[in-house]
Amino acid sequence: MDMKSANRKLSLKDKYRLFTRDLGWEPSYRTREEIFPYVQYEGIKVHDWDKWEDPFRLTMDAYWKYQAEKERKFYAIIDAHAQNNGHLHITDARYLSALKIFLQAISPGEFCAHKGFARVGREFPGVGTQVACQMQAIDEIRHAQTQIHALSNYNRFYNGFHAFAEQRDRIWYTSVARSFFDDAMSAGPFEFMIAIGFSFEYVLTNLLFVPFMSGAAYNGDMATVTFGFSAQSDEARHMTLGLECIKFMLEQDPDNLPIVQRWIDKWFWRGFRVLGLVSTMMDYMLPKRVMSWREAWNIYGVENGGALFKDLARYGIRPPKGWNDAEEAVDHMSHQLMLGLYQWSFGTAFHAWIPSDEDMDWLAKKYPETFDRYYRPRWMHIRKLAAAGTPFKNYGLAKLCQCCQLPVVFTEPGDPTLSCHRERVHQGEKYHFCSDHCQALFENEPEKYVQAWLPMPQLFQDLQGDLTAWMDWVFLRDGEDNGDYADSLDRRNFEAWRAMATSNQ
Amino acid sequence: MSTVFIALQANEETRPIIEAIASDNPLALVHREPAMVKIDAPNRLVIRKESIEERIGRRYDLQELQINLITLSGNVDEDDDSLTLTWND
Repeated sequence: MDMKSANRKLSLKDKYRLFTRDLGWEPSYRTREEIFPYVQYEGIKVHDWDKWEDPFRLTMDAYWKYQAEKERKFYAIIDAHAQNNGHLHITDARYLSALKIFLQAISPGEFCAHKGFARVGREFPGVGTQVACQMQAIDEIRHAQTQIHALSNYNRFYNGFHAFAEQRDRIWYTSVARSFFDDAMSAGPFEFMIAIGFSFEYVLTNLLFVPFMSGAAYNGDMATVTFGFSAQSDEARHMTLGLECIKFMLEQDPDNLPIVQRWIDKWFWRGFRVLGLVSTMMDYMLPKRVMSWREAWNIYGVENGGALFKDLARYGIRPPKGWNDAEEAVDHMSHQLMLGLYQWSFGTAFHAWIPSDEDMDWLAKKYPETFDRYYRPRWMHIRKLAAAGTPFKNYGLAKLCQCCQLPVVFTEPGDPTLSCHRERVHQGEKYHFCSDHCQALFENEPEKYVQAWLPMPQLFQDLQGDLTAWMDWVFLRDGEDNGDYADSLDRRNFEAWRAMATSNQ
Repeated sequence: MSTVFIALQANEETRPIIEAIASDNPLALVHREPAMVKIDAPNRLVIRKESIEERIGRRYDLQELQINLITLSGNVDEDDDSLTLTWND
């Protein structure tokens, strides 16, 4: 090699110090307690904020430079996608259901994460922490914007994309993600960091973005691959920050351990329940599947999560309480939830469908212990009903878990034939739960969860159970946005347009 | 033993980087997946600036990795010359 790297004036470490620590100051006319009023009440003890360090040592100047580069790459592909009728290059229009759930449930969550980081960046006293939170706040709003922008190209042609912002607040399955973020945003700054930095970034986003975006590539959707990977390139930094935050709390004071452990238990389970939606996207909604939900869980849950908890064991951290039940549930959750989404598809702003024989054979191969035994027979029965002209629709509204807000469709640990349902009376009101873990979370913070806004009970309180009025209120156009994919407008349009694009008729 | 990993977008910019990582980490396993390349290694993986520069024939700032990074796993330590991922056992 005939060239050499020139020595820079400042090393990365010096630059990081100047762009973080050196920007801080000691307050003179107000006390630190007055300026940072929210860092004490959670009980986390911090002795030296300067011990907080971003391992990437990213400074604002470099941040803008690389983020601008990411944006240029992103928009080059989005433009190409729009100019080349990219929406017709996807495998088939079933794929759109996954995008609709993503836009309705996940993208608004990115915006919540933005608001949350803008807030905790103000509430944490450490300068390194403030800078990292500021960058993450900007990242998260970028993610919300790029996702909405990329998917707006589908909104021009297909149903179900048009009212994601309202649906995020009002519809039942999106409230799962909404309640996750509401819970995080109404927590203290340290708990917020565990909720988003650890649970959302470390546990969820790998499972959400990596195999799913690889799946988008397999299904011909370059727009989604691009926003997915562009967002994920920030997530690597976010999950590193989340891990750093955990280590920081544990290193600062031994008294922090039980508090951190309780948050890890809580947010692992909350994150796992949000992943229920992702599991159906991976196992059912990608026409060309890249890996099963189970296979993705093995890599990013078992292997990667396992490595993390082994690493944290030196501080006294153990794997989260729900870990073993989660492991068992992985072989069931996508099937149980998809059966739910199908029977309530009159109330979803995306299409569900009965899997084909080929799809079921694939699922049987990926879930050898569970699919043929428990789920194929149900789908076959549902298929028979559909063929007889009496498709299975469940107009009884689902009972929702007070904590995770999923319908109580899951089964007992140890018995996949028995529905799991917990009930508890708190101050004269009855509350329902999908699992022991969600019930335990409620019992730990009942003041918080009694305030949860649950879409199903609300339908009766506000609209006297009038389904048509509810559809208007959630911007759901009956016969267009909802129902079975088999006879949907999206399917007819996609097939007609694709035929036009591949022939001269 | 735990696995550390780094995943990069599969593109022209990352080809020489992946080559450099594979040659600096003999125990690393390179998995080529749709649109991305995931590199696993037992406990430790190091990415060296110098090895990348040798392959691309220009100066390289390790922070440029941010552009094509998809995900990683392990404790991160980055300075001017290298980025290291480790799990403590």
